[in-house]
Order: sequence, then C-alpha cells, then structure tokens
Amino acid sequence: MIEIKDLHAEVNGNQILRGLNLTIGAGEVHAIMGPNGSGKSTLTKIIGGHPDYHVTRGEILYDINLKKRNIIDMDPEERAREGIFIAFQYPVEIPGVNASEFLRASFNEICHHQGAEEMDPLDFDDFLREKMKVLEMDDKYIHRSLNVDFSGGEKKRNEVLQMIILNPRFSVLDETDSGLDVDSMRVVANGVNRLRSKHNAMLVITHYQRLLNYIVPDFVHILEGGRIIKSGEKDLALAVEDKGYDWLKK
Amino acid sequence: MKNHPSQKDHLTNREYKYGFYTDIEMDTIPRGLNESIVSLISEKKNEPGWMTDWRLKSFRYWQKLKEPHWANFHYDPIDYQNLIYYTAPKRKKDQPMGCADQVDLEIMETFDKLGIPLSDQSRLSGIAVDAVFDSVSVKTTHQEELARVGIIFCSMSEAVRNHPELIKKYLGSIVPYRDNFYAALNSAVFSDGSFCYIPKGVKSPLELSTYFRINAAETGQFERTLIVADDDSYVSYLEGCTAPMRDENQLHAAVVELVTHDRAQIKYSTVQNWYAGDQDGKGGIYNFVTKRGKCLGQGSKISWTQVEVGSAITWKYPSCILQGDNSIGEFYSVALTNHKMKADTGTKMIHVGKNTRSRIISKGISTDQSSNSYRGLVKVLPSADNARNFSQCDSMLVGNECSANTFPYIETENTTATTEHEATTSRINAEQLFYLRSRGLDIEAAIALIIDGFCKEVFNELPMEFAVEAVRLLETRLENSVG
Repeated sequence: MIEIKDLHAEVNGNQILRGLNLTIGAGEVHAIMGPNGSGKSTLTKIIGGHPDYHVTRGEILYDINLKKRNIIDMDPEERAREGIFIAFQYPVEIPGVNASEFLRASFNEICHHQGAEEMDPLDFDDFLREKMKVLEMDDKYIHRSLNVDFSGGEKKRNEVLQMIILNPRFSVLDETDSGLDVDSMRVVANGVNRLRSKHNAMLVITHYQRLLNYIVPDFVHILEGGRIIKSGEKDLALAVEDKGYDWLKK
Repeated sequence: MKNHPSQKDHLTNREYKYGFYTDIEMDTIPRGLNESIVSLISEKKNEPGWMTDWRLKSFRYWQKLKEPHWANFHYDPIDYQNLIYYTAPKRKKDQPMGCADQVDLEIMETFDKLGIPLSDQSRLSGIAVDAVFDSVSVKTTHQEELARVGIIFCSMSEAVRNHPELIKKYLGSIVPYRDNFYAALNSAVFSDGSFCYIPKGVKSPLELSTYFRINAAETGQFERTLIVADDDSYVSYLEGCTAPMRDENQLHAAVVELVTHDRAQIKYSTVQNWYAGDQDGKGGIYNFVTKRGKCLGQGSKISWTQVEVGSAITWKYPSCILQGDNSIGEFYSVALTNHKMKADTGTKMIHVGKNTRSRIISKGISTDQSSNSYRGLVKVLPSADNARNFSQCDSMLVGNECSANTFPYIETENTTATTEHEATTSRINAEQLFYLRSRGLDIEAAIALIIDGFCKEVFNELPMEFAVEAVRLLETRLENSVG
C-alpha cells in the first residue's frame, strides 16, 4: 500500500527525519512509538503534504490505480482524494464553518475525484447520523462550527468520524488517544476497528501502548532520531511501556 | 516534497469585471464648483426655487468647512475645483432632460452587462430597480406595480417635482446639510438618487433597489437616497455600485436618509463594489458617504447590512438614531480591503428612547498592504432608560503587511443602560488551510469556506441573491491574497 524509502525531511531548516524506511501492506495496522522529538509528528505532516515540511531525500511510494507513485510532489488535497487520511493530533478550529457541511463538501470532493456519485444533503445527513451513532456523538454536533469549543475528546472523535465517513485507503492516526478518557478511547477505537479491512491500511502514532490494547497493531516500530531503530510485534509496545526507550538506543 | 510556491502564486487575480467604460455622448457641465455651477445643476434638473435655495445655502455653508482628515488613513486633499459635478447621457433632441422613459440602447446594454436588465421584458423579478448612471437616474422599473399598493418609488429628481411636500418635510431632516463636510457638499450638488415612500400598513411586495454606476471620467457622483416608511410598513432595500477602472481617483459622496414611523421597518442592504484601484494603489473611488436612519416611531426598526469590497478609500458610518421607545437599530458589516485600499467604517447607535436596543456585528478582512478600521459610537442619552447594546467587532488578517484597527466609543449617560463590546483579531493561517486541504478541498475552496464562516452572521442578514453575490465577490478579491 505504502512504501517509505530512505526518507529525509526538514522543517524550518531543522533536519527531523534521517533515513526512515517503512512498508505497510494492505490490510495491515502499524504502530509507531517514540519519545518526544523523535519525528512522529513530522512524519504525519510529510505524509499529509504540509507545505512547510520538505522532503530532502527519499520517496514515499503509494499505490494509485495499481501503480506505485511517489507522492511527495502531490498537493495535500490530491493525496486526500487518492484516499490518504490524517487524523490530526491538534485539529484546528474554523469558526463559522459548519462541521457537517464541511464534511459533506469534503466527502463529495473525494467522491467526485474517484468517479463516485456525490450525495445530496438529505442522504448525507442520514449517512452522517448513522456514523455518529457508532461514535456515540451528540446530535448537536451537526450544527456546530468545525472544532470550535470542542473538548479535546470531541475533537478526536470528530477526526475519527471524518475518517469513517471518508473511508480512506490509508489513514494516519496521530496521537488520537491523547485527550481521551478510557471510555471514549474504547468508543473511538471501536469506530476505527470497524474500518479495518483487507483493502486498507493504518498507521497509528502514539506515546502510550494503552491505545494499542484497543487498536491492536500487526507491527510496532520505534522511532528515534528520525529513523526507525526497532521493529517488532505488539509485545514491543509492552516492553517500551515497561522499560522506556533508553534500552533501545545504542 | 517539491519546493512549494507560495499559495499566492497558485491563484490568478481575476480582473475587476465591472471595469469597462461605455462610450456615449455626454452632457457635461464645466469643471469647478461655485454658486453658478450649483444653480446650473438645479436648472438642468428643472427644480423649483426652494430646492435651488436649499442647495445654495448648503454650498455657502460648505465653503466654510474644512475637509476632514481624522480617519485612520491618509489621502491627499481633493481639488474640488478640478472636478466635474454633473454629467448625464445626452438625450435625443425630442426628449427633455430628466425624462426617464426612453433609455438609450447603450445604457440599457451597460446595465445588462452589469447583470441589471432594465427592459420591461427582461427586468429582474421581485426587485424594482432605480438605475443611476453618472449624475442621473435613467430608469426606474416596476413603478406602476408599486403604485398600486401606494408605494412611491422614483428618482430624486422626479420626487422633487412630483412630491414636493414629502421632500420638503424629510430631505435633510436626518442628515442636515450642516452635518459634515461631505454632507454639505452633497446637499449643494447632488444630482439624483432614489426616493421611496411606503404608506401606512404596507409591506412592500418587491425588494426595492438602486444601482449606482459611475461611467464618465473626472466626474464625481453625488446622489441622495431618501426612504420614508410610514406606520406599520416594511421595505427591504438594496444598493449596488460599480465603476470603470481608471488611473485617476474619483469622488463619490452620497447621503442616505431613512425614516421609520411607528412599528415600521427598513432593511437596507449594500454591496459596495466600486473600483478600488490597482495593486499599487493607483486609481479607484474615494467613497465618502453619510448614511443615517432615524427610528422616529415607537417599536420601529432600521437594519443596515453592508458588504464593502471596493473603493480606494471608504469613509462610511451607517447610523441609527433610536428616538422612538422600544425601537431597534442594527448594523451588520463585512469590509474587505486588499492591495492598498483604506477603509474606515463602522456605525453610530444613538439611544434616545426608552428600551431601545442596538446590535453591531462588524467583520473586517484585510489583506496585502491595506488598512481596515472599525470605528463605532454607542451613545446612550439620559432619556434612554433600559437601553441595550451589543457590539462585536472581529478582524481577520491575511498576510503580514496589512493592518486592522478597532475604535469603539461608548458614551453612556443613563445608569440603567447595558452595553457589551467584544472584539477579536484572527488570521487565516497555514494550519487551517492545510487541515481543509487534507480533506480534499483545494485552496480556493478552503479559503472560501473560512471566509464564509467568518462572515456568516452578516451574510445571513443579506437577501439570498445578495448573499451569493457577496460570497463570490469576497472569493474573487481574496484569491491572490492568501500567502
């Protein structure tokens, strides 16, 4: 699905990623853990195509129409339309922009690009409400401004709602667990898990292995100093929780 | 990732699409301003003596005044002797001036191009239009239909001739010629405009509107609008304006007066899209406008909604005098400045009667090297028991070279009054754009969404078709400004 090769990247002149390699196949869920400053957020921004973050070396190959394509020159909106989704760690507030209208615009934009039929407001409303039930979201959400006055948990739930609606092929969940209490985490993880299939893949970025009890990954990678220093299975996350990161550093 | 060009480069600046010029034969008076020019304008319009006298009184008073320069921008003093104060399309010989029945083909075509068809076959449905071309009203549509319910809707010239009793009673009653420099100037030389009277108990079946078109070079446009809503009546009034693109600045100094009697309501909406000059600040309209409404009757209401996207300079404070008990004044404004535009705009709410209420919602968007100021006064007089005001002034900055200012003045002379003021300043930031783009929206759609959201409270107040137009105008103006 996605193959990241020898990825070097910088922001504001600071080299953050230094030769990151990662291959994620269809149907797989990978987790990345790592200490602060290891490059987790930079990786998210690079995959999403943030204009301030620059790839200085390496490539990101992503399957588009059965062909591998290097996406590093694609605009963020093109990536989104090709089925890449970022669930942000800090979703931004956009006053006056209705959350559900925005999501419908986004949904239709992606449908349009992929040659699927766009949905009219009434059908979309039904579709949205059904998905909101999965995430146990309040009906009032539909009338609220995008992320404005949302609690930390509501913002994260809103990210996952968007993910479920847009049904991406490849999703990055950037610290989706931060700001969630245990009950919310269970609900959100349940929503994410319903999306898992042999056709799509996910990259879960987290500080804590707690989330991985709910979204169980196939592989766990440790990011440190801008590259992956250790890969393993679920038990690697448990080991990190137990012992910290220092024992992994050479 | 490729070296991203700034988002600015993505976007091509669409031209000001109303910037064309209509080449027709004009009847123009000599340059300059003196008593004989004032008399000549009055004569051109076949005005009665009382009107000429009023103009001359205004002119003499204006001569004693100094051009005001207290607004938050600089402009070079205007040479009033170098302007032309009256330019009208030449009529065919057999038609007297001011006869508005047969509009020349070229002018019809001009308004067609502006999206304001005037012919009886293609005129807009649901909206009556008074079309003002340079110094004169060239056509007023739907007059018979409105007359059937007793509404008078005509050009100011016609009103002076046909309804002198109403004009004498109301003209200058809200904005006296002594009010300010530009009001005095306007009172002396105003050439046309719209008059509208809604009789008791009548709810206007149509929206009424005036479309102002400046065409001739070096001519100032000075028009007056007067709307009187009698007891229990209602009217929604729209105003639109455009001008050709020129390197020279042109002066537009209008006066608008509104009066509401008991329980009457006037909803006044403007989309101001005068030519704003080029990106170096060359050319554009100087817009010095005095707009004021008086809620004379109890329980009456005046609501101003404005979308200001044009003019090199905007100096404009649509205001309400809340005289009748329980009357309501509202001001909803979106002002967008780009390039080197300068806007100093806001409102005054003067609470006189008991239980009067006012609401101010102002949204300023500044980009490029423009400057955008909100200036507002909420004044509660001793008589205004339980007066209430709420003001919200939000500014959005796009880029780093523009400026936004808020000058709210609150003067309360009655302890039972409550006033609230909120203000925010924000930016369209790269993170917001990235967020929206990462959901599949392109930059244009993302900006449109953010701006639409920012202005929503104001757009909600506009009549539907105006709201659509306003959103489109903002998008066009902003396209190359977000970097």
